[in-house]
Amino acid sequence: MSAEALRLEAVSKSFGGLPAVRGVSLSIADGERRLLLGPNGAGKTTLFNLVTGDLPPDTGSIRLFGREISRMAAHRRVHLGLARTYQVITLFPRKTLAQNLELALLGLSPLRWNPVALPSRRPELRERALAVLERVGLRAAADRRLADTSYGEQRRVEIAMALSQEPRVLLLDEPFAGLSQEERREIQRQLAAIPRQVTVVMIEHDLDVALSFAERITVLHQGQIIVEGSRAEVVADARVQEVYLGA
Amino acid sequence: MIRALPVALSSLLLLAPALSPSDFYVNVATQILIAAIFALSLNLLVGYGGLISLGHAAYLGVSAYLTIWLVTRAGVGHLPAAAAAVVLTTAMSVLFGVLALRATGLGFLMITLALGQILWGLAYRWVSVTGGDNGLSGFDRPRPFGIDLASPRAFYLTTAAVFACAFVLMAVLVRSTFGAGLQGVRDQPRRMQALGWHVWMVRLVAFVAAGFWGAVAGVLYAYYNQFVSPHVLALTSSAEALLMVIAGGAGTLLGPVVGAVVVVMLKNVVSAYVTRWVLLLGLVFVAIVAFMPEGLVPGFDRLRRRRRRRTAGDA
Repeated sequence: MSAEALRLEAVSKSFGGLPAVRGVSLSIADGERRLLLGPNGAGKTTLFNLVTGDLPPDTGSIRLFGREISRMAAHRRVHLGLARTYQVITLFPRKTLAQNLELALLGLSPLRWNPVALPSRRPELRERALAVLERVGLRAAADRRLADTSYGEQRRVEIAMALSQEPRVLLLDEPFAGLSQEERREIQRQLAAIPRQVTVVMIEHDLDVALSFAERITVLHQGQIIVEGSRAEVVADARVQEVYLGA
Repeated sequence: MIRALPVALSSLLLLAPALSPSDFYVNVATQILIAAIFALSLNLLVGYGGLISLGHAAYLGVSAYLTIWLVTRAGVGHLPAAAAAVVLTTAMSVLFGVLALRATGLGFLMITLALGQILWGLAYRWVSVTGGDNGLSGFDRPRPFGIDLASPRAFYLTTAAVFACAFVLMAVLVRSTFGAGLQGVRDQPRRMQALGWHVWMVRLVAFVAAGFWGAVAGVLYAYYNQFVSPHVLALTSSAEALLMVIAGGAGTLLGPVVGAVVVVMLKNVVSAYVTRWVLLLGLVFVAIVAFMPEGLVPGFDRLRRRRRRRTAGDA
């Protein structure tokens, strides 16, 4: 196994001449917990979108476990072990929680192309979905429509869908956004339970929960990395205090 | 599981020839079933794939033209001609799908409209092959296994058998793992991509499946009318199918069938009594959109559920 899960080299992206990500180079070790910090508009989510293939980079190279993926189709990157959650919840409100999970499980299964395989006749699919829901404490709500669940529960389903794919690299885009204190603690428990072999990169504004989770922190400002290091190093950095903490 | 209502309605339609006192209503029922297969095929795109096409008549028309041309001009037998028409039209749908799926939304609608109009223009202008405005005729129904398909009842039963196959196979498709993915792609394409689904390919497969069933409807159309003209490829033909889907309820299995009943009945039965039947057709659609914007089948389903809740509340 490569010691490097994700490597970005001089990655840039502009929108209509406005640079969103400028020459970002980044190396994230296998199994690492990395936090991306930065004020709004720093380019954090754009960077996620470049890694997942939602957006193509203008220049630069992105490697996943040593494999160049910067021009690879987004869905193929998922098959290489890349999973993500979104800042704004994008799930299937008319489907049940179990059906949402089944869609995630099918995404990596050859069964997804089968035009005659009925999910209702595939008990193993449902069992796997229920097992993942059990991990996030939502098994009892498996047959409830997603639209009938709370925002916090939907966040947990988002994470469950990503985890169900047994990713090697997991990108979490503001997983604590809009949650109550109790819900935050629940998500924190779930994130702490993610196996060590999964590399986790997280964007989060809630410094209390994010700093307790991350081993290394990368701070972005105006599309560029301004500092990278341990929690203590980043918190002590004068540029971070200036651009992010407003000190 | 297939719900009881579609099965009951399909069974009633299958009984129509036996109940009908005249060939006229047998023929109307045949037209309904052909229109229903066509609308169901479009529903795969519109209802389950979220891709609104205004060029679906291309598959109905090309398949009908090919069937009649191969039999009357190329001297091919009926069965190979019908099979070739379906295969070639389905192959065309692959090409059209690749072109049209470069876009979604309005772009997709415009590309499908343009492709349909190109074929309509070809049918008009390529007189040596298509017969131009006069179309292709001189086409008789065959007598396979001693069954005289010239008989309205025999032809109706054949159409009913094809309809039943089409309905069941499309029902299985939309309830399958692939169908779940297709609906997921309709609702959240970006999320589906992030889950490993090849969104473009899912749409293309749905497009080709819709083209295939449109071609099957085209073969039946050719044998029913025994004549084909550019009218079948016209924008009105595509728009009519879209109206059937929307009026009946897009994304439901029974909706396009109900839509086909409404449109064909208005065209064939009501027009015999009401001179301005097109005006009536327009009014019916305005009423549906105003009172049941989700379509007749989901609309009545909603009313039924509301009544049930009210009854439960009273009790």
